[in-house]
Parts: sequence; C-alpha cells; structure tokens
Amino acid sequence: MTAVYEPSCEPSYEPWDETRGAEIIAEHAGQEGATLVILHALQEAFGYVPEAAIPMVAQALNLSRAEVYGVFTFYHDFRHKPAGRHVLKLCRAEACQAAGGDALAARAEAMLGVSLGNTTADDRVTLEPIYCLGLCSTAPSAMLDGRLVGRLDEKRLDALVAEAQR
Amino acid sequence: MKMRIFVPRDATAVAVGADEIVTAFERVAETRGLPIEIVRTGSRGLHWLEPMVEVATLKGRVAYGPVSAEDVASVFESMASNGPHALRLGIADEIPWLKRQTRLTFARCGVIDPRSLEDYRAHGGYKGLERALSLGSDTILAEVTASGLRGRGGAGFPTGIKWKTVAQAKADRKFIVCNADEGDSGTFADRMIMEGDPFLVIEGMTTAAITVGATKGYIYIRSEYPHAVEAMNAAIKAAKRGGYLGDKIGGSTFGFDLEVRVGAGAYVCGEETSLLESLEGRRGIVRAKPPLPAHHGLFGKPTVINNVLSFAAIPFILAEGAKAYADFGMGRSRGTMPIQLAGNIRQGGLFETAFGVTLGQLVDDIGGGTFTGRPVRAVQVGGPLGAYFPRTLFDTPFDYEAFAARDGLIGHGGIVVFDDSVDMRKQARFAMEFCAVESCGKCTPCRIGSTRGVETIEKIINGERVIENLALVEDLCNTMKFGSLCALGGFTPYPVLSALKHFREDFAPIPTTLQAAE
Ligand SMILES: Cc1cc2nc3c(=O)[nH]c(=O)nc-3n(C[C@H](O)[C@H](O)[C@H](O)COP(=O)(O)O)c2cc1C
Ligand code: SF4
Ligand code: FES
Repeated sequence: MTAVYEPSCEPSYEPWDETRGAEIIAEHAGQEGATLVILHALQEAFGYVPEAAIPMVAQALNLSRAEVYGVFTFYHDFRHKPAGRHVLKLCRAEACQAAGGDALAARAEAMLGVSLGNTTADDRVTLEPIYCLGLCSTAPSAMLDGRLVGRLDEKRLDALVAEAQR
Repeated sequence: MKMRIFVPRDATAVAVGADEIVTAFERVAETRGLPIEIVRTGSRGLHWLEPMVEVATLKGRVAYGPVSAEDVASVFESMASNGPHALRLGIADEIPWLKRQTRLTFARCGVIDPRSLEDYRAHGGYKGLERALSLGSDTILAEVTASGLRGRGGAGFPTGIKWKTVAQAKADRKFIVCNADEGDSGTFADRMIMEGDPFLVIEGMTTAAITVGATKGYIYIRSEYPHAVEAMNAAIKAAKRGGYLGDKIGGSTFGFDLEVRVGAGAYVCGEETSLLESLEGRRGIVRAKPPLPAHHGLFGKPTVINNVLSFAAIPFILAEGAKAYADFGMGRSRGTMPIQLAGNIRQGGLFETAFGVTLGQLVDDIGGGTFTGRPVRAVQVGGPLGAYFPRTLFDTPFDYEAFAARDGLIGHGGIVVFDDSVDMRKQARFAMEFCAVESCGKCTPCRIGSTRGVETIEKIINGERVIENLALVEDLCNTMKFGSLCALGGFTPYPVLSALKHFREDFAPIPTTLQAAE
C-alpha cells in the first residue's frame, strides 16, 4: 500500500501510542527506502513525529538512530511537536512577492501576534511560510489546514485569520 | 437530456472557489428541477478566468468565467436557455488566448475527466504506447532522439541520449523516476498535467520503461501538491485496473509498476541525485556525478529520471511521429514549451507554444502586462535560480541558447512579472536567503556563501560601504558559481548578478555627499 496523502480540512490526530506507532511502522517497513513514507505516516496519525518513534523506525529499517534522526531533521515538513489547532501557510516565494505577498504576510503576523514559523500562545494557530503552492498565476496564495486560497487580498486574509482563530 | 457542466478540479480553480461553484450548481439544478451532470476536469490554463465553467452544447462547449458562487444562478439560466450573459466567453476552443497556442502536451488538459481511463482513450490516449509496443526499443529510441526533445526540468539534456544510455546498461533491475518536485516559483505546469491529464504521465513513463527494460517506476511529488498526489494515485489505480500497469501491459510481454512517493518540503530534492537519495529514504544530499543516474541511479541501478513534462511529451511524439514534433520550435529547441505566466500579471496561466516567441510578446501581449496596471519593470524567468530580465531584453526569444547567451535560463518555463514598485535589493537578498535555507549543506560556497551573501546585501541595503560591499557580493557570486557542486549554489548568482547588472540604480544610489558637492 502506498501512503494515502489526502488533504484533510479538519485535522484531528491521535495521541501518541507506542503500539499504534509500531503498527504504522510495520505497515510501511517492507517498502524500499521507506523512511520518508513512515515519517509521513506517523505525522499523519499523530500530527508530529514523536521523539520516541525515532528509535523504533531505526530498528524496523535496520538503520542507526542517527541516520533516521538526520532524515527527520533534514526535511522542512516534519514536526518535532504538535502544531496549533489550525495551520495557516502563506506563500513567500517570488510570484507571491510580486503580487503583494510581503505586506499580507506582515499583516498576518501583526494580527496573530506571532512571526512566521510560530504558534500563537493559545495554541490555536500556527503561522508558517511555504515556498510556492503552484498557484502562482493567481497569487498571492495561502493554505489553511489543506484548503487552498488564491487571489489573497486584505479582506480574504482577514477572513482566513478569523477562521483560523475560531 | 441532462445538461453536462464542466468545472475544473485543478488546484488553481479550487483555490479561487471551484468547489463552492459545484455546490451552487447542484443546488440551483435541484430547485429548478433540471437534471445536470457535473464533470470535474483539469484547467485549460486561462487562470485569470478561473473558475471557468463550461456547458456542452450542440455547437461545442460554451465557457463562462470567472464565475463566483453568486453568479451561478444566472449562469445556469444562460446555459439552459442558450441566452446571453456577461460572463459568457463563447465556444471554449475558439477563445483567442487558447486558439493562439500549440497544444501538443496540454491538448487534453481541461477537456477530459482526469479520473477516467475511458475518456483518456476516447481522446487519443495510449495511441503512442500502442505504437511503441509495435516498434521495439531501437526504433523508439530513434524516434525520441529525432524529435529533438530536451528535458523540460531545467537543464535541457536530450532525452533520447539519456534513455539510450539506460537501455544499453546491463543490470538485473532498472528504474524509471519521474521528477515531480516542481519547486520553482512561477511554475505549475507539472502540477496541472498531473491533475488534469495524469494518464499522459503514466503513458510516457510506461513507454520509457518498455524502451529501456525497466520494471518499476516512482513519481516523486512534492508534498505541497496534495491534489496532484491524489490525482496520480487515482489514475495509477485506474490504469492498473485497465491493464495499462502491472503484468502484460496492453496485452504485451512487458510488466511495469508505478508508485507515488511524497517529498517532505525540500527544494533541493528536485535536483536529480538528491531526489534519488530522498527516494531511498535518506537526506536529500546531492551526489557527485559521475556516476550518472543512467548507470548508477536508484538503489544503485540504471535509472531514467525525467521531468513530468518530458514524459508527458512522449506519447505525442510516438503517436504522431518525431517529425511532427520537431517541426515546431527554433534552433536546438524543438517542439513546444508549456510557458507559465505568473506573479503580477493580468492574464496569468499556462500558454503552450513553440519555442521562439519573445519574452516581450509573452509578458506584454499574451500576459497583458501587470494586473496592478503599473509598468512592468523586471521579469524573473526560470524560477528562483533564474535571472531577472529588464524591459531592454524583452526581444530575447524563448530558446535555451538565446537565454543562456544573455546570462539567463528558461529553466522550467516559469515567468514571474514584477511592476515598478519592486525593490531589486530585496529580490537579490531573497535569492541568497532561499539558497541558505534550501542548501543541502554538502559544499561550502553554497552553504556558507549564501549566508554571507544575505549579510552583505543586508549591509548594502543599510547603506554600509555600498561600493565595497557590492564588489564583495560579485566576488562571492563568482565563488559560488564556480565552486558549487550543483545548480542550487551554482545558479543562485544568476538572480543576484542580474539584479546588480540590470537594476544597478537600486543598489548604489549616488551618495548624498557627492550630490551635495556638485
Ligand atoms: C536545486 C535544483 C532543483 C531542481 N528542481 C527540479 C524540479 O523540481 N523538477 C525537475 O524536473 N527538475 C529539477 N531540477 C533539474 C533536475 O536535476 C534534472 O535535471 C531533471 O530532473 C532531469 O529531467 P529532464 O531531463 O527531463 O529535464 C532541479 C535541479 C536543481 C539543481
Ligand atoms: S551547491 Fe548547495 S545544494 Fe548543491 S550540492 Fe552544494 S551545498 Fe548542496
Ligand atoms: S509563488 Fe506563491 S504559489 Fe507559487
């Protein structure tokens, strides 16, 4: 089975559980070069990659812990701890910059009181930069919990932030 | 007769409200008691008109756009009565922006149901593979070589030669890898074809497999493209069910299996050797070449690794013959290029045309200038590693060599337009920043040089010893250009140096002391 990677609009995650973790790892361990597949699957289930899962992955794939940890930290996607209840990603790449994305990013930071890459104190919203969603012809672009938004302007951004804060 | 309405499921259309429109159509149709059938297609690429919806009529499909949920009731009325409407664009195929194109690769994109193998076949799908199966490896290689197809992922390496190398390699296993990492800003053609015509990619990869003798393929898609992942997975399932993947493809003796793998947010994993490392489950660190992936690729086996659009060009070449493809283009750039118009542009979207059209035509005429209505000042071509072009270079024809001759690159065919409010110091700093964040870390000029580059440009922006620091940036760029292992560190100087060269006024304003002295 390939990992099913579906955009979920209402993220809901299971609490970390060793047995469940082992199950997920076993499900994918037979695939060639399975490290990323497994890390994705763990994050899909728990919302992040729990520290405790790293040695389990290493054992299942016959790798050293350092190797798995190295993979885990190399990629921007993998989280060390759970994100906020909602994740708002703003595209910071050139096409979105050209279309006024810089000012919108600054506005979102001001509204949420956190800078890009951080989670609000109430754990509700994680605000993250993303480098191109492939919507560059209807820039600027955003993604709220897997839902895409194009032609972002102040009004749409404000609505998105309000939705994320709910 | 049920009314057939077509609404794109393409990510761009969805991002501007296509899903809401589907709901609205269903509601209106129900209240009106008129049965409808909604077909979710890809996008035709006229993105400023998205969501663009179409209705089947006896004369052809009639398009409306850009439609918002509030427009749906009146659009529906117009569809049902074939009456006028402010958003009515006429017969879709006759829209001038579409008619001006030469759609070889994107012919079906936006037209067919991307989930339906039957629809794909009804529109000429799998003709290329059927012919390939009757030709045999040597003849296919001759066709692909004669077509002049060069890899569409950026470097422009001849596809025929790459395939031949793998075909001649002896090994117990060989692989086909599709590079669907498309991390460049301003590019979305890979995403569009995966979402709008996924069987085309599968057909191209399958053709490569039977040519070189590979039995397994991977499509490595970036995680930022969940919709493309879903579309490819659905198509792979349907192709398996239809006998086009798995054992005995199309009734032949060939077997080929395909799997989607999802990246994890690393730009450098678009570089082919780094991608292979990532597929093998490791950190995406660039490998030194040689050995080439063609000899020593995925899991150490001979591997064809091509961009999505390179594979997607194959079925046409085999179905219609190499010459039909090579007849388009200029110089050593043969065939068509799906050009992507993005950023601050009035008519953004995907425009497939033969090589040779000028940059100015693309930006001013086809793109219609900026959407802010301000003058175009700079255009970045070829993604974050591409040069910034000023208006004075707008006569450059879209061609690999012509762009290289002007210290630029066409890369994956993305064009990002900036108006006159752009601050080129910020763009130069961003290029360095991007390199610093995305560097795989293997070589010093890229890893450390980019960080020093950010700091130095920062100083220039703050007015610190501007002239000396400008010289320092140029020196640093040279070190990166010649001392980096791959194009991430090696090409970051392109946006930086082009900004310095063509937009010098942004960097070194005449010092105020000098002005006072005059
Ligand atoms: C930093 C970097 C990123 C790249 N990103 C991509 C990419 O996203 N997609 C792609 O097809 N090629 C990308 N390339 C080019 C690939 O290394 C390679 O040339 C290409 O996949 C070969 O396929 P082609 O011959 O069909 O173009 C990138 C190269 C570099 C140096
Ligand atoms: S140039 Fe940069 S990305 Fe490329 S191999 Fe060197 S460190 Fe890695
Ligand atoms: S640059 Fe923002 S979506 Fe491509």
